Amino acid sequence: MNETLLRSLTPNVLGILVRRGADFAAAEDAVQDALIEAVRVWPADPPRDAKGWLVTVAWRKFLDATRADTARRRREDLVEEEPASGPAPATDDTLQLYFLCAHPSLTPSSAVALTLRAVGGLTTRQIAQAYLVPEATMAQRISRAKRTISEVRFDQPGDVATVLRVLYLVFNEGYSGDVDLAAEAIRLTRQLATAIDHPEVAGLLALMLLHHARRAARTAPDGSLVPLAEQDRGRWDTTLIAEGVEILQTALARDRLGEFQAQAAIAALHADAPAAEETDWVQIVEWYDELARLTDNPVVRLNRAVAVGEADGPRAGLAALAALDDSLPRHTAVAAYLHERDGDLTTAARLYAEAAQKAPNLAERAHLTRQAARLNTCRPR
Amino acid sequence: MAKYLLLKHYRGAPAAVNDVPMDQWTPEEISAHVQYMSDFAARLEKSGEFVDSQAISPEGTFVQYGGEGRPPVTDGPFAETKDLIAGWMVIDVDSYERAVELAGELSAAPGAGGRPIHEWLELRPFYGTQATATDCPWK
Repeated sequence: MNETLLRSLTPNVLGILVRRGADFAAAEDAVQDALIEAVRVWPADPPRDAKGWLVTVAWRKFLDATRADTARRRREDLVEEEPASGPAPATDDTLQLYFLCAHPSLTPSSAVALTLRAVGGLTTRQIAQAYLVPEATMAQRISRAKRTISEVRFDQPGDVATVLRVLYLVFNEGYSGDVDLAAEAIRLTRQLATAIDHPEVAGLLALMLLHHARRAARTAPDGSLVPLAEQDRGRWDTTLIAEGVEILQTALARDRLGEFQAQAAIAALHADAPAAEETDWVQIVEWYDELARLTDNPVVRLNRAVAVGEADGPRAGLAALAALDDSLPRHTAVAAYLHERDGDLTTAARLYAEAAQKAPNLAERAHLTRQAARLNTCRPR
Repeated sequence: MAKYLLLKHYRGAPAAVNDVPMDQWTPEEISAHVQYMSDFAARLEKSGEFVDSQAISPEGTFVQYGGEGRPPVTDGPFAETKDLIAGWMVIDVDSYERAVELAGELSAAPGAGGRPIHEWLELRPFYGTQATATDCPWK
């Protein structure tokens, strides 16, 4: 039994059923039934056309369930006119699923769960493990999400930006258990990129690849953070970097800039530098200026202050920082870093310790505490 | 997407509005209170926001390393300990605002006279996953 094959076919089959008029929840049930049937029958009698087999069986399951359900007579009329199985580009069906799973009526966590389930073909258990919640909780989240979108008409064009946001959320979650969500997000974004011609899809894919390429170098074996400047660049995945850069350049050439492309451009400039001190900070500041024009996200301006500190010196960075709200996440950490570069080690140590208290995760807290301790132990008191 | 711990205190938190010790409630009031808590948890299970919840005994023991080759030292509970945790619930919600909303609801559990207790619950975010490079590209 080829589980990878089954998983890759699931969104396709689901998409076809939904396009034929099945509501999402019923279609999903039918596809699950068909998968169980496949697991039972295929080992002894493998089909020649796996996808065709699944579509036929799932559609039959859907019809059986619908006909058995007298309360759903309305849908029965619908299925009487079974659509002719004409050729349709396979990608379109999956694409519709992306839009449906990222529908604006869903909360972000529901959209993420549904996308992983319907488009990614992950089991509820796998998704629950990845998000460290009980399986029952995730099952409820998914079934609520299915109910929420059951009334959504499927003929309206979806919003690509929403789909990209959901995929980016998946990417950011990292991984736990047996599913690597970053890799899963890349797989889904690749799939989306083949289905849709959109510079921001390419931008997001490039961004993910460029970040992912550095993953092995970003943490030490004990799980502690390794800052960009200290990372062993030999451990960066050059194949992923090359692919990311190429995808980005193609997207940029179309002259429809968006925030993912701009972020990817910054990531590419970091990835391009053979050594930290050869980083082209001047160009990075220019990209942050572009990014600030495209989005009002204050984190962008904070990151820009760091880049200005590298390009024009720590005083300039501190000046840029002074213009920002000091309650921003990581504002204190940035201030600490710039003060250290400026030679004010006492202030830097105090700010590192303060930033550690506000750190959003354990690895970062430990990292900042270590920075404070380093300065406290090396300078005379 | 973000996990929060709701902490219920026996003591240590500011006084509730309807601050009558539970042993002075009527049995019906206690049943109503317990029912409210379990309904609340059941509702969060349905909405996919529930992670876990437990009540814990007021009896606790402090434990300390006893030195090489020696058993751990135990002591307590200390009468002067200011804070005492009665129980906790972990939720997984989309936003801080949603976490506050739910904590507010939980604080409205009925107490003496069937009126909401208005007790103070402590809301503590879990440390999250690693920051993405986008959040801090200089990392």
